[in-house]
Amino acid sequence: MSEAKYTFVQGNTACAEGALYAGCDFFGGYPITPSTEVAEHMSDMLPRRGGKFIQMEDEIASLGAVIGAALAGSKAMTATSGPGFSLMQELIGYACIAEVPCVIVDVMRGGPSTGLPTSPAQSDLLQAKWGTHGDHPAIALIPNSVEEMFTETVRAFNIAEYFRTPVIILGDEIIGHMREKIRIPAPGELEVINRKLPDGDGVCRLPYRADGKNPACLPNFGKGRFHVTGLNHDGSGFPTMDPSIVQGSNARIIDKVYHQRELIDKVEKIQCDDAEILFLAVGSAARAAEEAVAVLRSQGVRAGLFRPVTLWPFPKKEFRAAAERSKFVVVPEMNLGQLRTVAERMIDESKHPIVPVNLVNGEPLDPEFILDSIKKCCLK
Amino acid sequence: MFDYSTMLRNEKLPHIWCPGCGHGIVMKSLLRAIAKTGWGKDDIVMVSGIGCASRLPGYVDFNTLHTAHGRALSFATGVKLSQPKFHVIVVSGDGDALAIGGNHFIHACRRNIDLTLIVFNNGIYGMTGGQYSPTTPYGDKAATAPHGNLEPDFNVADLAKGAGATFVARGSSYHVPQLDDYIYKALTHKGFSVVDVVEACWTTHGRKQKTKYKNNLDMMKWQRDNAVPLAKAQTMSPEELKGKFVTGILHDVDRPEYVDRYEALIESLKGGDK
Amino acid sequence: MKYEVRFSGSGGQGVITASVILGTAAALHDGKNVIQSQSYGPEARGGATKADVIISDGKILYPKAIHVDYLVSLTQKAANKFIKTIKKGGTVIIDGDFVELPDSPDYKIYRLPMTSNAMAKFNRTTTLNVIAVGAFAEMAGLVSAEAIKKAVLENSPKGFEEMNIASLELGRDLARAAKKG
Repeated sequence: MSEAKYTFVQGNTACAEGALYAGCDFFGGYPITPSTEVAEHMSDMLPRRGGKFIQMEDEIASLGAVIGAALAGSKAMTATSGPGFSLMQELIGYACIAEVPCVIVDVMRGGPSTGLPTSPAQSDLLQAKWGTHGDHPAIALIPNSVEEMFTETVRAFNIAEYFRTPVIILGDEIIGHMREKIRIPAPGELEVINRKLPDGDGVCRLPYRADGKNPACLPNFGKGRFHVTGLNHDGSGFPTMDPSIVQGSNARIIDKVYHQRELIDKVEKIQCDDAEILFLAVGSAARAAEEAVAVLRSQGVRAGLFRPVTLWPFPKKEFRAAAERSKFVVVPEMNLGQLRTVAERMIDESKHPIVPVNLVNGEPLDPEFILDSIKKCCLK
Repeated sequence: MFDYSTMLRNEKLPHIWCPGCGHGIVMKSLLRAIAKTGWGKDDIVMVSGIGCASRLPGYVDFNTLHTAHGRALSFATGVKLSQPKFHVIVVSGDGDALAIGGNHFIHACRRNIDLTLIVFNNGIYGMTGGQYSPTTPYGDKAATAPHGNLEPDFNVADLAKGAGATFVARGSSYHVPQLDDYIYKALTHKGFSVVDVVEACWTTHGRKQKTKYKNNLDMMKWQRDNAVPLAKAQTMSPEELKGKFVTGILHDVDRPEYVDRYEALIESLKGGDK
Repeated sequence: MKYEVRFSGSGGQGVITASVILGTAAALHDGKNVIQSQSYGPEARGGATKADVIISDGKILYPKAIHVDYLVSLTQKAANKFIKTIKKGGTVIIDGDFVELPDSPDYKIYRLPMTSNAMAKFNRTTTLNVIAVGAFAEMAGLVSAEAIKKAVLENSPKGFEEMNIASLELGRDLARAAKKG
């Protein structure tokens, strides 16, 4: 394939295509609705390109295999949904502390527990940030179209490889299963970032000693016989309990993300400049919100949409600026208020009351539901 | 005299293991077996989970990966499938390999992926202070079985064989020359190989069995007196074998290996439409 | 303009494939903005299943069908379940051999003898979904004949191309006859 091509595919397939475009050559996964099409497409395509696909015995093993493969030099990913994402939390923390690049796709569905396996929800927004134990960097991208399932997956790999940290893609049942026309760019058209390896002979005696707030610069296995552990470790990679080293390294794996945000941050702002009713929404709920904005604008109401494409780290500054002129901040989401809790910490509710719009019945959140929900409080 | 120093990260010694622990004996056996293979140190990846035995990779001069509790085999599977050129060796305790890692254990056996697993089987959770494990003998006292263990124990070799491992051996930390041989054969076997090494933890297990052992030497003697070589075991009745453990190469068969099959799949798809 | 089309029937009848054919035709071959989606239940066969296609000249924001312009129903169960989603003034196309719906001032209804014609022509009903696509295409005129044909071929398993094209034409014929009344 050397030219761009158009295709009419499901979001999950677009995600797999994005991974392949980014050079993903290893997939380890476990079947779970509504993410399975990602694994199915990878199982077909990877061996055709010399890459490796393996169906593991559960989601923990899936992420274990992904991390192992990444340390051996692969660009690696897995895909799952809520229950499997819960199981993966253990090793997400491992990938964070051991600074192993990998991409984890979570196509969200109704919960808790088995919940509504075939229905859409946005149940894991906060799990993506706080799911694993211990302080850790959290990066989560949340596409709202089939096209973005492709482009955000490419971006997820770029961020993961650059920062040497896991990156989460939060799809949902709607975005994952619907089909739209997408353009698959020609190779070279989108930037693809590969992990930085040590210079020279590729051997590094202190693979975890990073300059300042930079990511570590590990070789791949085979160069220099270094040690990787989930214990707190020093620059050599070996375990340490030295408080001064542990304090610094725990901070560094977070700082490396929070102090270099250019590659990570991404927000879409639709008619925010003069918005009195500002919607804060992500993923498929943001599409319903965008339609609600269009309807309100046609009625002369100044409405706008603030949509984080990168949910974590949250675009705090930009959100505050967008909310500055708002009379209400409406937060429509397919959960019981996960994004709202974030908004609450960002703005002064006495000046910008937050209006939650929550749906957790397994139905998609639609524009009419949003408009009905805000009629009483926001529209006089 | 075998020179261990060329294979150890000497600056990381002394190790954390207690006096009387079998892990050091098994580690040296493993190093001698590796030396016999002639493999380059850069080509070996040693993977472990969590527990006393899982600290081993920190002491040896290979590519080493200390993972999360129970998950060593899944990481090792990823390493091996990604880069089949590596010789991947997994070291794991009985709790790590068979309780929290039990699911990964049986599926690695079933897949017959070319890894070698050494189970440091001392029948106890040592690092957390002596709680009963899947191989703690029935009736033994443990930190979480102060009135005696109510659970029967796993037969690691039978489990491995039943799940599809193609090489299974059992040795002990007492019968060292034999152990060297079993480990060497496991390393050079193509497919998933398991060596179940019966050994002892005096500090958190032996000490609590007031009537069984007076000291750690008694635990070694127990291994000496209760190991039954396979050939002899085949002449004994189940009653006679009760309380004893069978040693030797218990299972050694050829079956297509997973990574080979995957490489063949890639080869067969070459030239097809991408 | 934006149109919402809903194919409905029983799991296994190919309603998702019908929607993918229509979506592919409109999106890739006619250059329209299109979103195709389906609802899933736990069962792979049976039940009342639906698959939607939204076709628009402009950008499609909310990706799900709400007020359906065209409802195609291949089973009674599906017709009963989804008739309430039809927009006022919408068009309903049913397999007249198996499905009954009353006339209504709220929608136009076309009862096409799809199953009996499929049996007469092919001695099987496996391509009922493609017949439905043909009937819809003829009724609605939203997608070019060339685009639909291409999409049917792209979505046909090897060896079934001819029968699928014949089924598409059969659907068109049935729709033409029904329009004439």
